[in-house]
Order: sequence, then C-alpha cells, then structure tokens
Amino acid sequence: MRYAMAIDTKKCVGCGDCVVACQIENNVPTGYCRDWVTESVVGTYPQLELELRSERCNHCENAPCVRCCPTGASHIVEGGVVLVTPEMCIGCGACIESCPYDARYSHPDGHVDKCTFCIHRVREGKQPACVSVCPTKCMYFGDLDDPNSEITQLLEKRKWKVLAPEAGTKPHVYYLI
Amino acid sequence: MASRRDFIKISSLGFGGMALGLTACDLFKQTGAALKGGASVFSRVPTYCEVCFWKCAAWAYQNKEGTLVKLEGIENDPHCHGRLCPRGTGGLGMYEDSDRLMTPLIRVTENGQQTYRPASWEEAFDLIERKWKETINTYGPESMALFKHGSSGDHFGTLFKALGSPYSTSPSYAQCRGPREVGFYTTFGSYINSPEPTDIRDTRCLVLIGSHIGENMHNGQVQEMADAIDKGADIITVDPRFSTAASKSTHWLPIKPATDLALLLAWIHVIIEEGWYDKEYVERHTVGFEQLKRHVRNMTPEWAYGITTIKPEQIRETARVMANASPAVIVHPGRHVVWYGDDTQRTRAIAILNALLGSWGRRGGFYFPESKSLPSMEHPPYPKPRWSWDMVMGDKYPLAGSSVSNALVDASIPGMVDEQYRIRSWMVSGTNLPETMPDKQQFLKAVEALDFIVVVDTMPMEITGYADVVLPECTYLERYDSLRSSPGREPSVALRAPAAEPKGDSKPASWMAKELGKRMGLDDFFPYEDYSEVLDWQLKQLGTSLEAMKKVGVKNYERENPYLYMPEGVDWPFNTPSGKIELYSSTLKQYGFDPMPNYVEHPQAPEGFYRLIYGRAPAHTFSRTSNNPYLSDLMKENALWVNPKVAKLWGLEKGQKIWLKNQDDVVSSFPIKVRVTERIRWDSVYMVHGFGHQRKELTRAYGRGASDTEMITNVMVDPIMGGTGMRGNFVTFILEDPKEIG
Repeated sequence: MRYAMAIDTKKCVGCGDCVVACQIENNVPTGYCRDWVTESVVGTYPQLELELRSERCNHCENAPCVRCCPTGASHIVEGGVVLVTPEMCIGCGACIESCPYDARYSHPDGHVDKCTFCIHRVREGKQPACVSVCPTKCMYFGDLDDPNSEITQLLEKRKWKVLAPEAGTKPHVYYLI
Repeated sequence: MASRRDFIKISSLGFGGMALGLTACDLFKQTGAALKGGASVFSRVPTYCEVCFWKCAAWAYQNKEGTLVKLEGIENDPHCHGRLCPRGTGGLGMYEDSDRLMTPLIRVTENGQQTYRPASWEEAFDLIERKWKETINTYGPESMALFKHGSSGDHFGTLFKALGSPYSTSPSYAQCRGPREVGFYTTFGSYINSPEPTDIRDTRCLVLIGSHIGENMHNGQVQEMADAIDKGADIITVDPRFSTAASKSTHWLPIKPATDLALLLAWIHVIIEEGWYDKEYVERHTVGFEQLKRHVRNMTPEWAYGITTIKPEQIRETARVMANASPAVIVHPGRHVVWYGDDTQRTRAIAILNALLGSWGRRGGFYFPESKSLPSMEHPPYPKPRWSWDMVMGDKYPLAGSSVSNALVDASIPGMVDEQYRIRSWMVSGTNLPETMPDKQQFLKAVEALDFIVVVDTMPMEITGYADVVLPECTYLERYDSLRSSPGREPSVALRAPAAEPKGDSKPASWMAKELGKRMGLDDFFPYEDYSEVLDWQLKQLGTSLEAMKKVGVKNYERENPYLYMPEGVDWPFNTPSGKIELYSSTLKQYGFDPMPNYVEHPQAPEGFYRLIYGRAPAHTFSRTSNNPYLSDLMKENALWVNPKVAKLWGLEKGQKIWLKNQDDVVSSFPIKVRVTERIRWDSVYMVHGFGHQRKELTRAYGRGASDTEMITNVMVDPIMGGTGMRGNFVTFILEDPKEIG
C-alpha cells in the first residue's frame, strides 16, 4: 500500500478551501498551516501561464526528515505516510531544515507539525479533509499499489510532475499538468 | 463644527475585546486533543451558509461538549454538492469571532462626546418605538427606509411592509447585478436571478466578460466550470487582468478596459455577417434581426481592434469557437456588472449574442429554473403606502426593477427630493453601507440629515458607527431563518436551524422583527412565538416537517414544469411586448433609450494615473469576512497589482507600502502593499474589494490593506435602471505617508 495524492493544476483555482479545512480538521493554530497554495506565473503580458498548486508534505518514500530525526519522532507508518509523534519530538528543527518542500513548522506547543494525509480519516475510510472539501474536485487521494484506484489510472493517463525531483526524495504528491 | 452624528468607535467602550467563554481552540488545548473538526463528532444540525449569497446547505457538527467544531456541505444540495468553499468551511469563524457585537448599544452624549452605552433589549426597543412612532406620526411610514442584505432582511422586510413603508432596498441590485437583470429582461422577458441558470456543466463554450469565476467563489458555478474543463469545453475570457479564469481559458482576450461593448458588437457583426447564427432559432423566436444586422454592419473586428486592442483575427476566431459550440454556449451575464453606466446596454449585447447563438433555453446554454413556492401563514393585508418606491426617482431610471439604494440615499438628503417625500429614518441590516455604496460624501450627507438610524449586524462593521441604536444579531449558526427555496434545475428547499446558543445577548432577526412589530401594534404580521413554528407549518404544507427536515437539511423536488430546456420546433412564449426575443427592444425605444446597444467611448486614465479595477478573492465576501479568524489567516490584506513596466517607472518594489490618490484628490486612509505582476495591464491596477477597515474593534481587519470603495468617487449612473458604474475611477501613487507630508 502506497498512499499518494494527485492534484489537477488544470482545475485548481487556488481558493484555499484545502487550507481552511485542514486548519479546522487538525486544529492547526492561527498563523500556521499544514498546506498552502502556491502561484507561479511565467511569461510577460499577455503571453502568460499561471499554475496554482495546493502544496503540503510530500510523504516521501526517501524521506530526509525521517532519516535526520534524532529521536525517531518522525517516522513512517502504513501506506508510506510520514508522521511526527509530538511526545517524542524535542523540537530540534533538523527535519525542518532537511525538507526540500518547507512542509514542516514548529508548533507553538514545542513540537514539529505537518500534514498527516489525515491518516485518522483515511483509517476510517474517509478522504483527507482537503480532498473532501475541494470545490473543483481537483484533488485525488488513493493507493498507488492498487491498479484500479482513480489515482493510479489518472497518473497513467495524464501528464504529471512532482516537485523538486532533483532532491531524490521520491515524493508522493503528484501534480497533473 | 461638531457633527450631529459622529462616527463612534465601539472599541472605546471595551466591547470589541469582550471574550465570552472559551473558543473551540482553547477547549481543545485544555483537553489535549489534537484534532478539532477531526475529533469525534456527536451531532449535526443543518444550516445554509450566510457568508455569501450562494447559500450552500451545510451540516454544522458538534462535539460531545456541544461545541460547534466544523461545517461540511450537504451531499445532495444543488448549490454545493457536499463541498463548501473556503468561506463556507471557515463560516465557523463568523460564530467564533471574539470581536462580535454582544449587546444592544445606544448613542449617548457624555461630557460633550458622543459615545455608545450598552443597553438592554427593553431599553433599545423603547427608544426605537418612541422614535419610529414620532417619525411615522409626523411624516408617515413612507419616510422610513430599510437597507438589507441576506436572510435577516426577510424578517425586517415583513416589518417594513407591515409598517407601510414602500422602501425595502438591497444594494445587491443597483450596486451589483441590476443591469444584467434589465438587459436580459428586455431581451428575453426573463430575469437572470440567483443562482444564475447557466448550464455550465454541459456547455461546450463558456464566455466570461470580466467575470472571474474561481476568484468569485460562486460555488456551484466554480464546480461546474471545473466539470466543463474536465470535459474539454472551450473557455473564452475577456479581462484586462490575467485572472484565474483567464489562466484556465482556451482563449484569453486581454482587452483595454471600458471597451467590452465594442468587442461584443464586433462578435455580433461577425456571427451575423458570416451566417454563423442559429438560423432556425433566430427566425422562430426573435424580432428585430434585420434592424440588428443593419445596426452592426460597420462594427467590424477591424473597427473594434482600434478600440479594444484585440486583434481582428482573434475576434473572428473566438466568434467561430462560440458558433461551433452553439447552442451549447454561454456568454455569461456576469454578476457584479455596474461598471461604466452603460451596463444595461452592455448586458443587452450579451443577451443578444446569446440569442443569436440560440443558447437561451438550450442544454449547455441557459436552462429554465424552477423553484418551490413556499406557503405563507395568514396575516392581515399590508397597508398600502401613499406612494411606491419609485416615487423618489421621479422620471429617472424608468426600468429599475427593484428599489435603487443610491436613489434612497439621495432621497434622504435635504434638497435632493421634494421635502414631503424625504426619508427620515433608516434601518440597516446586514449591509455595510459605507463600504458598499460608492460616493461616500452622499452617504455622509444622508447620515447627517436623518432623524434616526438603527443598525443590525453581527460585527462592529463601519455602518454600526453611524447608528443611534445598534442591535446585535446572532450569526446564522445560532438561529432559524426562512427556508431557502432556490431556483435550479430542480426545485430545492433547505433548512437553517440553530447549531449553537446565541453568544452574549445577541438575538435572531426573526425575534427582533417580531418584538418591534408588537411595539408598533403589528402583532398579527408575526404569527409566531418562535420562528421554528412558521418553518414547521410551512414544511407540513410541503409534505414534510421541521423534525424531518432537521434530519436531511435539503429536500429536492421533482419539477412541475417539464421544460428544463425549450422544446424544439415550438413557438416558445417570451414575456416581452412582442412575445419573442427582442433583438430590437421596443421597451427601451419607448423610454427613449437605444433599442440596440451602441458603443460609447469612456474616459481613459489621465497621464500618471491608472484605472482602478477591483474584484474578489476566493477567501472573502465583500467587506464582511475580513475579520473572520480563519479567512483573515488565509488572506489578511489586499495588495495592489501593478504591471512590472509601471513598477519600474515608479521605482516600486514588491511589498512596498504606498498610498493611493484618485482623480478627485481623495487619498486612501491606509497604505497598500504593491504586488508587481505580469497579470495586470499597464494602464490599470487591481485590488481585491473589502479591505482597509476603519474600525479598530475589527482587530484582525483594522488598517489592513486599502479600501477600493474609498477611491470610487466618480459614479456613472445607468440612466436606464440606476446602477452605479464604479469602474471609471483612476488612481496614482503616493510613495510617502501623506499624513507626514501634511
């Protein structure tokens, strides 16, 4: 089982519903976020292209944050989901430094925090909060090891990219382009 | 000289920061739970969202302590299909906001200073009763006006009708979508209304004229646009700004601002001259085709190129794309269409283009919506006012289909209207007039002259500072309201039930209207103790009940009228004077207006100035959400979009704070950060509406960003229906703090 997310940049309007839903679902304190929207513009007026991306922890197969964690707080669970155990985290920040996606932040309670792929929901058979609210249905979550899953099929059919492939992290968040 | 009505800052009284109990966040920290919305939920109550006018139906979830923890869309709701937008999801913040109004306030003068004192409901109602009775006894109920927006307006609307006032007005007409209603009504004999009956889901071509779906999160439309993208529909976007919608489009026409009508006429020209129109449809259903053909004969793409800067081949190509998709094509009527004062004519051109493409009443074009009509409980007939709402307008705006808010502001100013018709007293509910109405000077003159102003709101918005009495309303999550009966592909009814106790001493509008009604001797118009009784009665007439509706939230009905689309080969009756689609409008002709649209040149920016274009961000609704804890976290302030060429000329850098000055020398109260971006033309600047709040008691919104409304002092009023065109304002930049320059 390899959980992954695919986000269709052709449909995303960058509304930020994923961000609000995550904050409320996971009680992320005001001023912090586990996911966010990035806008990149290429070209000069009027030859322009715009890409909006909902970004978060990439739940890398080769996760530098897990490798560099001195206490084992950062660890990998079922489906390849990368988690942080707050009680084990000493807040050293090594994982924050090591993440090429800048996906982690220091929670005011003293531990590091980040996206969990809403594993508590996934275990109940639900979609992550961000995926379940998205008005444009541009986000897909599923198991890459299941050839019949929507995400596997989309990745076969559509062109896609991952962020910072040069980092060699084997990320599990894909962008359909 | 001291004003009779000083703008009072409520925070000076310490209400702004009044914390009532723990927020949900605090609760979870104390209990050590890591999740909020994700924590186990124990119960849910249906509601429909009040953060914008789209009114998506939602479940409000409570945890085992009974605290409201999250909102989620209701699956079978045709407005949202189970998915709220960021504002709907963050609607929880409306309830949690610690800056909410918590008690009635009465204006008093202490030591020569005007201020508010907290009051009981009894005292507040005593004062309102006395002042209203004085006004009505002296000038009649026709001197009272209600300004409203949203669900609370229904209850006060009943109160004002019962009082015998002819004025119940919503700025959403003349400050927003009024022109398109008249433009489409004079053409098809039907209004567009809300939600728009655009069949985006099944369209093959969607044309957006300055309409930025995706940034305006009109949820159902955004969802359907995403579906259309999935299905490979063409999207043509006309916008001087590379909007999100433009970036999703197959064709983007980066038009010179204020010239859209020339482009529309050129499209009409091409489609007629090339014979690309739906011939059978036009022959069967329209009148005035020959006149239209003659009218646009010289309005070639080459003519339009000189005006719009859109190349002739691009105009022809996009016309071809529309024609290929016909009749599954939508030239979108837009929503906020009050731009240049000729907006009815521009939306008429849009309607005409749709008629030529045969999209009205066709799959993938515009469908015929149906709604469930709600039974109303019996009450005495409303008294007949001595004159109707259009009296204050004289011969102006003959085709206004609803009262024109700006005309009512004018009619409140001495000398602007015959003295006997002057409006003396306002009630304002759910609309932040100083940020909604352009031309603040007129607003201030009216406020100064009025005898009495009652303001109802959940938050200490700017308008509350002008009130004699402020009534704190509880949020939509704490009250029952009218059933939502919305027009759509299928009729749908949704319930709003309270999911939490009202915070502080805030109360629902249904209760306020009833109590005020009692005091004015109008008990019979409010046949309920609690509004839930009305809902239960109505729902029982509809074959269900309040209890049953609480379990489902939304009930969709089968259509009674089978015609979602027009049947083929039938002469469809249109509600126009000719009974046909009027390409040539006999109504407009009769009132002395152009029966077919003409392009009129609008002023362009003087040297060193840039046209001010404003719009929406998906995180916010008007000025009402900028203090919402979740939504302000998502977007704290607006920025001024400036083209890199312009930035270079002025030496502006990303993030630099500058002040704006408009053509009438009005300077912005607050600075705004510069956003240098290729996404905007060099002759224009862009900012999101609704920021630059003046009230310190809006602790998250105060002084963040700048207010576009403040810069809108040149208002071009549509002579046909009174819409206030707001896009004819130009701004320049002030790089140093003007207060320090002096």
